[in-house]
Amino acid sequence: MGQAKTKINFDSDWSYDPAPQATDFIKLQERYGLYIDGKFKPSENGRSFHTINPATEEKLAEVSEASEKDVNRAVRSAKEAYEKVWSKISPKERGKYVYRIARLIQERAREFAVIETMDGGKPIRESRDIDIPLAAAHFFYYAGWADKLDYAFPGRKTKPLGVAGQIIPWNFPLLMAAWKIAPAIATGNTVVLKPAETTPLTALKLAEVIQEADLPPGVVNIITGAGETGSHLVNHPKVNKIAFTGSTEVGKIIQKSLAGTGKSYTLELGGKAANIIFEDAAIDQAVEGIINGIFFNQGHVCCAGSRLFVQESIADELLRKLQDRMATLIVGDPLDKNSDIGAINSKDQLEKIKFFEKIGVKEGGSIYQPDCTLPKKGFWYPPTLFTDVSQSHRVVQEEIFGPVLAIQTFRTVDEVIQKANNTPYGLSGGVWTEKGSKYFKVTKAIRAGVIWANTFNKFDPASPFGGYKESGVGREGGISGLSAYVELV
Amino acid sequence: MTVAIKSGVRTVASILDNARSVDQIGAEERVSRLFKRSIKKESKMAVLQMTLSMIDLTTLEGKDSPGKVKQLCYKAAHLHDKFPGLPSVAAICVYPTMVAVAKNELKGTGIRTASVATGFPSGMTSQDVKLNEVRKVVDDGADEVDMVISRGHFLKGDYQHVYDEIASVKEACGNTELKVILETGELQTLDKVRRASDIAMEAGADFIKTSTGKVKPAATPPVVLVMLEAIRDYYYRTGRKVGMKPAGGISTAKQAIQYLVMLRETLGKSWLTPDLYRIGASSLANDVLMQIMKQSTGVYQSINYFSID
Repeated sequence: MGQAKTKINFDSDWSYDPAPQATDFIKLQERYGLYIDGKFKPSENGRSFHTINPATEEKLAEVSEASEKDVNRAVRSAKEAYEKVWSKISPKERGKYVYRIARLIQERAREFAVIETMDGGKPIRESRDIDIPLAAAHFFYYAGWADKLDYAFPGRKTKPLGVAGQIIPWNFPLLMAAWKIAPAIATGNTVVLKPAETTPLTALKLAEVIQEADLPPGVVNIITGAGETGSHLVNHPKVNKIAFTGSTEVGKIIQKSLAGTGKSYTLELGGKAANIIFEDAAIDQAVEGIINGIFFNQGHVCCAGSRLFVQESIADELLRKLQDRMATLIVGDPLDKNSDIGAINSKDQLEKIKFFEKIGVKEGGSIYQPDCTLPKKGFWYPPTLFTDVSQSHRVVQEEIFGPVLAIQTFRTVDEVIQKANNTPYGLSGGVWTEKGSKYFKVTKAIRAGVIWANTFNKFDPASPFGGYKESGVGREGGISGLSAYVELV
Repeated sequence: MTVAIKSGVRTVASILDNARSVDQIGAEERVSRLFKRSIKKESKMAVLQMTLSMIDLTTLEGKDSPGKVKQLCYKAAHLHDKFPGLPSVAAICVYPTMVAVAKNELKGTGIRTASVATGFPSGMTSQDVKLNEVRKVVDDGADEVDMVISRGHFLKGDYQHVYDEIASVKEACGNTELKVILETGELQTLDKVRRASDIAMEAGADFIKTSTGKVKPAATPPVVLVMLEAIRDYYYRTGRKVGMKPAGGISTAKQAIQYLVMLRETLGKSWLTPDLYRIGASSLANDVLMQIMKQSTGVYQSINYFSID
């Protein structure tokens, strides 16, 4: 692509002095138990693991690892709470509890934001402005539905499913917990939730909030552990519903083990979204949308816009603007309010991203990374572009789950629709054009659960989210999110 | 995409053909993200001082007197003598009848004299009157001329008229620097702001400026962002650096710093100079001075410690 003579110089005599968020008010316990039946208890065999801050590699806390026996205890407690309390109290009372949780999250928003950033590596700007407010919003939204379920599905009544086993990923720890717990308990189910092993702290803090909200013991149980714990939960015979968000690989294993059990399930899996920029788009805003699409949360986003399609006539101009914009991104201390890109969530994930970088280069892709100094300690990866790649390249086909964007050009509308659909995934997508008729045509033709027009990565509790093809089964959010937790009678 | 036509000779038709549209919501989101940058400690002190050096200290009132202009000129060079080492403002901006007074007062200070012209603020007068006014203020010694575009012609779609008028004012200016006021409050949409910016730069503007200060809204963050992006795209294409001047409604140091963040992250280091960036304001300087004193002493001082002119 064209080499520029005139270059914007983003070096500066004045830089932003560090503006770190204070952490002195954060109280973490040295050791966390499992939250079962309204109380924190150590794991039955005493096994535990520790969770670290990926930006510093420092240990934050010791967390219990739930064994099969612990899973049994948690499911038993959820079952009892379901039968004796939660399925009996009035919907209005249920709603009150859910509202109370929402308000407590709001009250402790700053604390949640800081812990989310410490445990997961995401910039405080995002945890403060997006993760935590949205988590509270989900509880508020579903609290409202609790006593109005008779009106959600015209002519039908709803009945809760029973015990929901929920397994959530490490990219949006508290937000995913909210997506799962809020609709489940608002509709009258009880819950056993397992957060990801690298980011358990905000879920455990949420357990404290739930305790403070005086939710009847056993309605929500939060157990920590890795894949093995999750598998015990999925295979437990008394669990009536499984909700999983994570990789397509694990999703397939879960779907297999659920076959024939009669358990209902929702799976929210991987993605490789097409973000399509037409020549008549508002280019500067599209550049911003590309940045938000792929570098939001270090690209650890299942609906990230990781495949960029640019109409050929504007490709040079757009790429130049994108590269200049990338030069202003600040990669560094996630607790600094000025950081745009934080730390990669774990060593494993960093290795996976580097693995794909090698493959991309080896397969002949051209790589671009802006000059940026990365901190010595912790797990870091700079924002990255790949050009000269095609649908046959692995960096275009596979989900990298990092700040790596694969760029292709296209000439016609039909061509880009075909390429956008040429993927096993179907979670999200983006279309940028100033012409309304064009985005209606294109968004209808792309098989993906969520497609944004002239924006990207926007979430709202009232809006359903979920995938087609290998991106998952079922929907979360909105009224669709209710139907995932009720039987219609 | 590179259009191989030299600056100043693109036709209005080709400017419009290559016009970039702007999405209002996207522009507002970008602004709000830029405004989340946090400036503290030494960088704040540096930015505050830089702000002072970029101010066009302005008085544009019917009741302006030579005495008032003289006082303002003294203030321009002596912002706060109790705190040594402060820069002076970039320029004094006055009505045409005050140019000679200001020029005389500012002798030896390095501060420039800017004059509004072309039937400021509405521009509703004939072309020969406008050009005569420009020639007169240049004769009186103005270093910079702030003209207004004919918004009536622009909104009517007569872009050629707007272009030609700017080009002839530029010619009348000779070596005097030309700032072109778009009066964005009357253009209404960001698409129109972008189009007016493109036309003004192609017609020879040295600076593009948001507002006269007489129409509300004056400078707003999305408008300034769109103009900065227009300047960047023009620079990409031609290599010529056009300056930016937000004016009107900027009265606090905080706002001024936010605009500087926007400038820095859109146009980079080379634009962080009074040669390419000005702020048109009448009351901003004292708020910046208050902040500087707060930074250096740790406490806010009463407004009574800062001279009004």
